[in-house]
Amino acid sequence: MSAKTVDKIATAVIVALSGLIVLIMAGLLGFILVRGLGHISFDFLTSPPETIKEGGGIGPQLFNSLFLLVLTMIITVPLGIGAGIYMSEYAKPGKTTDFIRLIVEVLSSFPSIVVGLFGLLVLVNVFGFGFSLFSGALALTIFNLPLMVRITEQGLASVPQAQKEASLALGLSKWKTIQSVMLPIATPIILTGTILAAGRVFGEAAALLFTAGMSSPRLDFSNWNPLSPTSPLNPFRPAETLAVHIWKINSEGLAPDAPEIAAGASAVLILTVLVFNLLARWLGRVMLKKFTATK
Amino acid sequence: MAQSGGRKKIQPHIVEEWTGKIYASFCIVLLVVTIFSMVYYVATKGLSTFLQDGIALGEVFGSTNWKPDGEPPVFGALPFILGSFSTSILAALIAAPLGICAALFMVEIMPKFGKKYLQPVIELLAGIPSVVYGFVGLSVIVPFYRDIFPGQGLGILAGATVLSIMILPTITSIATDALAALPPGLKEGSYALGATRWQTLSRTVLPTTMPALLTGVVLGMARAFGEALAVQMVIGNAPHIPRSLFESTSTLTSVITLSMGNTVMGSMQNNVLWTLALILMLMTFVFVFIVRWLERRAKR
Amino acid sequence: MKKSMLLVLTLVLSLTLAACGQNNNAAPNNTAGTNGGTTDEASANSGGNAAASELSGSILAVGSSALQPLVDQVSKTFMDQNPNVSIQVQGGGSGTGLTQVSGGQADIGNSDVFAEEKLEAAQAGELVDHQVAVVAMAAVVNPDITVDDLTKDQLVQIFTGKVTNWKDLGGPDQAIQIVNRPSSSGTRATFEKYALGTKTEDLQGSIQEDSSGTVKKLVGETPGAIGYLALSYLDDSVKVVKYAGVEATEENVANGTYPVWAYEHMYTKGEPNEVVKAFLDFMVSPDVQGDNGDVVELGYIPISKMQVQRDVDGNITQK
Repeated sequence: MSAKTVDKIATAVIVALSGLIVLIMAGLLGFILVRGLGHISFDFLTSPPETIKEGGGIGPQLFNSLFLLVLTMIITVPLGIGAGIYMSEYAKPGKTTDFIRLIVEVLSSFPSIVVGLFGLLVLVNVFGFGFSLFSGALALTIFNLPLMVRITEQGLASVPQAQKEASLALGLSKWKTIQSVMLPIATPIILTGTILAAGRVFGEAAALLFTAGMSSPRLDFSNWNPLSPTSPLNPFRPAETLAVHIWKINSEGLAPDAPEIAAGASAVLILTVLVFNLLARWLGRVMLKKFTATK
Repeated sequence: MAQSGGRKKIQPHIVEEWTGKIYASFCIVLLVVTIFSMVYYVATKGLSTFLQDGIALGEVFGSTNWKPDGEPPVFGALPFILGSFSTSILAALIAAPLGICAALFMVEIMPKFGKKYLQPVIELLAGIPSVVYGFVGLSVIVPFYRDIFPGQGLGILAGATVLSIMILPTITSIATDALAALPPGLKEGSYALGATRWQTLSRTVLPTTMPALLTGVVLGMARAFGEALAVQMVIGNAPHIPRSLFESTSTLTSVITLSMGNTVMGSMQNNVLWTLALILMLMTFVFVFIVRWLERRAKR
Repeated sequence: MKKSMLLVLTLVLSLTLAACGQNNNAAPNNTAGTNGGTTDEASANSGGNAAASELSGSILAVGSSALQPLVDQVSKTFMDQNPNVSIQVQGGGSGTGLTQVSGGQADIGNSDVFAEEKLEAAQAGELVDHQVAVVAMAAVVNPDITVDDLTKDQLVQIFTGKVTNWKDLGGPDQAIQIVNRPSSSGTRATFEKYALGTKTEDLQGSIQEDSSGTVKKLVGETPGAIGYLALSYLDDSVKVVKYAGVEATEENVANGTYPVWAYEHMYTKGEPNEVVKAFLDFMVSPDVQGDNGDVVELGYIPISKMQVQRDVDGNITQK
């Protein structure tokens, strides 16, 4: 066989396998969306679930997912950016820094179930936060922190050295330089990464089963006092997120339309992740344009 | 810093600097504390099986007998350990060629089309919750295997198939980064010598990027090893070493999810489940060390 | 220097954390008041706007996923009647429920089994049993299997692997596929105790699923499959078989002819407080247990209908 023929065959194989991936994915997305889209309606998205009757919705679950996301991000972002700044600007190369970097790496590849079990043992039982949004948010923070650290590091590394030095030469303190010169420039990268990390929160279930719980207490959406137990904003109430709800109705669902609800909820979940991805890309582009144009 | 202490008033920018530094250090300390306490708690719980309940180390790691209810109870976790390894290795074997081909396609063959369509779709795949994967696996893959192979469809192959799709994004994105980071001169030199694309890829590009590609595969395997819900739904969960790829078996994660809620914390069976979680955690360390080793080789 | 400071600080912090965990571990039997932080907080908060005569407070019920739908449903009605009471119902399994009620994190621990079967005698002794319903289980098979009656011996032979083909039991020539529960499951304990009368081992090749939904799906789809489900989960996708000629109906369970059933327990640690007691009383009130009540509607059997009684050791007495 001549080298040309081999080349053609190899190219064909690569293209075919890539095509196979696209097919698998199209099939997967199609399967979920086709089964689920028909079930999505405004009513489905807003009404509470039913235990045994037909026509239950996913309103509280959707709200819980979003609220948990916000809570997680409120905890993760400042901590992650702080740790990222340390790693990128303050850490001096050496054994300690290497060690911390190793820890970040280990943390980022911890199985979610181990994090969930740790949450059950420490957050829920020892600290007594109980099955609550707060426990769930802390567990998810453990997941997202390493990601956030890495994103911040990447963002700060992308700042041109000259700009940083110019600021330092003007007599600004290191922290001031980071705060008012480097962080703004790094913002597009950090923001895009944050949104992508947020999408991960949305789909997580294994860790939340053990921390945020599987029940959806009745929520009174007119009560916005975050301290009241029926208020949707109370972070110390248990909350079932969308992903956990799918798991629950798949396994113990008694409602006659449980399969449809699971399919509908899966479709909603995927669409949300899609929106997150598109948002991250769009925002990244817009911000990059803005920052490069004003310079 | 010692000189500034002598002055009466500390300059504001020094205060500022210190606030920032303390804040950043605080964040990193918190991170380190978190991981230390995680290791501490899981380890104490996991080790209590041996220290408190007096179960022999050899029993857990050497026996294939899992009878938590027996008289006396026997806790041989070997089937689960083997199950975890075989599913994740098989998943990596399925996903690695696919992911590397997709990366080659995106970087070398049709960069424009790949970047615009293939990459977003693969990223989306990473965002699909594992519950949905499990659900699809149970409704599509399991019946499919049941129809064409002997057995019930559940088992290692079903689990590995679901996992391979789940870890595809990890492998692909790392491979893409590695291929894209290759200095263009390397490829151009090969082409200039008259090599075809495949010759360039197979003799220059792939060997140079091999450690990085393997890093992606190992990270994918680590993810497969720790995945819980999707696997539990399609693996069958019998506590035995299977005789074929289509026979019900268990993994470490599937046993934990299946029994953790049913057992009382502090009981012997519960402690053994924590031991399994400890094994999962230790395996994470192993995977990270392999990745580090590969990365060091990639730098050379 | 600074680096080592950081390291020392880290270690100190981790040790503090660890030590504080140890203390709590050492004293798991704290009263509900000290450990159930969230509950207390929540009740204090809701107490502010409550009238003095009305019930107010919050209840956390954790445990059995088989009992969860019922408690969930009843709690909604109860909260409608007592707007100042907030009830949170959690799944997580009987083991979790008993752990948490015993440790004081939960007010009520839902369980499919007697506490004595899971907890140490000392811990179980502190718990007060409130039986709220009866759940019956039936063996189910794939709809293609023509067998519609299995005796105790036949079931034992199937679940111990002595019979592996349906043709030995008068059915079609089809290998038997067992869809079991994990050995820690309360449903399996009930089935083994009252239907098989013996503990069984997990057979090579058997499927184990903890959730009724998955068991139903697998039995309905897998050729030759046999499993068991609570009556509330039965539908057309699986075929119910009689147990030694007796059909699994509410009547047969109530009069004691169909033996495969178990109590659903709601445990409290010591005697319940006012709010919890009101809720538990409501659980067994005619509104809930009656013909149109949630218990019947969700497929459980009302405790009031039972003509027989059973103790921890399985001894049956006429009421």
